[in-house]
Amino acid sequence: MTRALRRKWITTAAAWLVAGLVFFPIAWMVLTGFKTEVEAIATPPSLFFRPTLENYVAVQARADYLKFAWNSVVVSFGSTLLALVFAVPASYAMAFFPTKRTKGTLVWMLSTKALPSVGVLVPIYLLFRDAGLLDTRLGLLFVYALVNLPIVAWMLFSFFKEVPGEILEAGRMDGAEPKHELYHLLLPLSLPGIASTCLLAIILSWNEAFWSLNLTAANAAPLTAFIASFSSPEGLFWAKLSAASTMAIAPILIFGWMSQRQLVRGLTFGAVK
Amino acid sequence: MELAERRLHPGSVPKLSAARGRREVNSLPLKLPAVVVLVLWSVVPLAMTLWFSFQRYNLLSPGERSFAGIENYRFLLTDPGLATAILNTLFLVGWVLALTVGLGTLLAVLFDQDFFGRGVARVLVIAPFFVMPTVSALVWKNMLMHPSNGVIAFLMRSVGLQPIDWFSAAPLASIVVIVAWQWLPFATLILLTAIQALDPERKEAARMDGAGPVAMFFFIILPHLGRAISVVLMIETLFLLSVFAEIFVTTSGGPGLASTNLAFLIYRYALLEYDVGAASAGGVFAIVLANVVATFLVRAIARNIEA
Repeated sequence: MTRALRRKWITTAAAWLVAGLVFFPIAWMVLTGFKTEVEAIATPPSLFFRPTLENYVAVQARADYLKFAWNSVVVSFGSTLLALVFAVPASYAMAFFPTKRTKGTLVWMLSTKALPSVGVLVPIYLLFRDAGLLDTRLGLLFVYALVNLPIVAWMLFSFFKEVPGEILEAGRMDGAEPKHELYHLLLPLSLPGIASTCLLAIILSWNEAFWSLNLTAANAAPLTAFIASFSSPEGLFWAKLSAASTMAIAPILIFGWMSQRQLVRGLTFGAVK
Repeated sequence: MELAERRLHPGSVPKLSAARGRREVNSLPLKLPAVVVLVLWSVVPLAMTLWFSFQRYNLLSPGERSFAGIENYRFLLTDPGLATAILNTLFLVGWVLALTVGLGTLLAVLFDQDFFGRGVARVLVIAPFFVMPTVSALVWKNMLMHPSNGVIAFLMRSVGLQPIDWFSAAPLASIVVIVAWQWLPFATLILLTAIQALDPERKEAARMDGAGPVAMFFFIILPHLGRAISVVLMIETLFLLSVFAEIFVTTSGGPGLASTNLAFLIYRYALLEYDVGAASAGGVFAIVLANVVATFLVRAIARNIEA
């Protein structure tokens, strides 16, 4: 074996060991979801067992899992759509018709992210109570749209900047109105960027667990809040917790892996590309 | 005419902006909706928090609302909980930052190497970031760190050690472990992206000059990573200052106040004791703390936009 190849094998072993360690809690959770409750708490932990689907059935039958999953879907997709409605025109304007104030506006948008949620918990809670928005999907959807709006606007801005202005210019020469320019030129051209922006916004909303825990209860609780209900002592059914958790994170894991590249740009506001 | 002028004064900003904005467009109506909702979202609750922090206002007796002056702040400052919560917040943020940036740098260097199955291994390492906080906290608390049935307890027993009840013996450290596990992928991913942007010729040149792996790391890679590390530090800090769900589902801030951070303290005032005034004063505290950090962050990032 050459030195280079030996080196590569050593690196392979080290990297896979690390990857296995980091991923172990997730793997263990998925595995536990297919055990019976007795096997789930067995010591020494059972590695060889006959997989069962009973937990998946039970989570739906006893806790109406699908209701909470649907809440998550409505809230995260809805809030992403709403954020896009506000962000697309704004980012379009800032990317193609910049003024002296554009940079300031972008920085200000970013700075609103620095307002800690807990600092405005009380007023939001009271406003929601008075408006009848507590424990409604609509209320949570609004909050997520606003929380993610700065990130969405930033990401769209950076993707729009990459579209060559000449193409839009050519469209204008041919008499395209601004509206058409947006729908028929800009949006199709930056579709990959818009898609990864949406993915990131959906991921962030799906996993958000401050507002969902504080603003929702039995009706509008998304999966983050539903899973939290397993923390009470009487809810300590590890196999069912694992089954519910596996279902709750599976779609987002896939979304996340799909968007890992753009994620860096989105989460660092373009500071690292 | 405009073009001619530009040719005459090549130094006078032939910027992209000038070329793009040639057509007279009033772009304000496009930007306005987004700006207005963001202003409402950030300014109104902020003003209300400030206002409430000077009010005597408990949701249990909503009729007795009155001006309280600095009473809430005095209450907050004399509450021994505040000092504990601030120290716990700093402990949590500090340790998670140290662990994620330290290990993240090592992981990024490791995953920058060429090895078999790199794509798959990378995907596995990034995965924890996409797990919702309530899930990761409960999985760690129950299946891994449980004192009698957890995997860690099993491992400790099998090497002859006495298992530890992590969440009562070291509640805050346990939460640090969980949160660090969640944020390690974030640090790794960003630092890896930064390392891969390093000019290969610089590495090659250093190798030609006889730099070994260690020298390479300290003199080429680490200086190159400086910016990315500072970005990771600041973004993580913003999120870590208000860690909530992990505490909510594992220790509820206990035992006693041992794992109560600022966010959890405010939550307790607000939604468990219904003390709007004290919670708002705490909120003001949290906002000030976050803004100190954010100022640095915004400045570092603003330098980087070409708007």
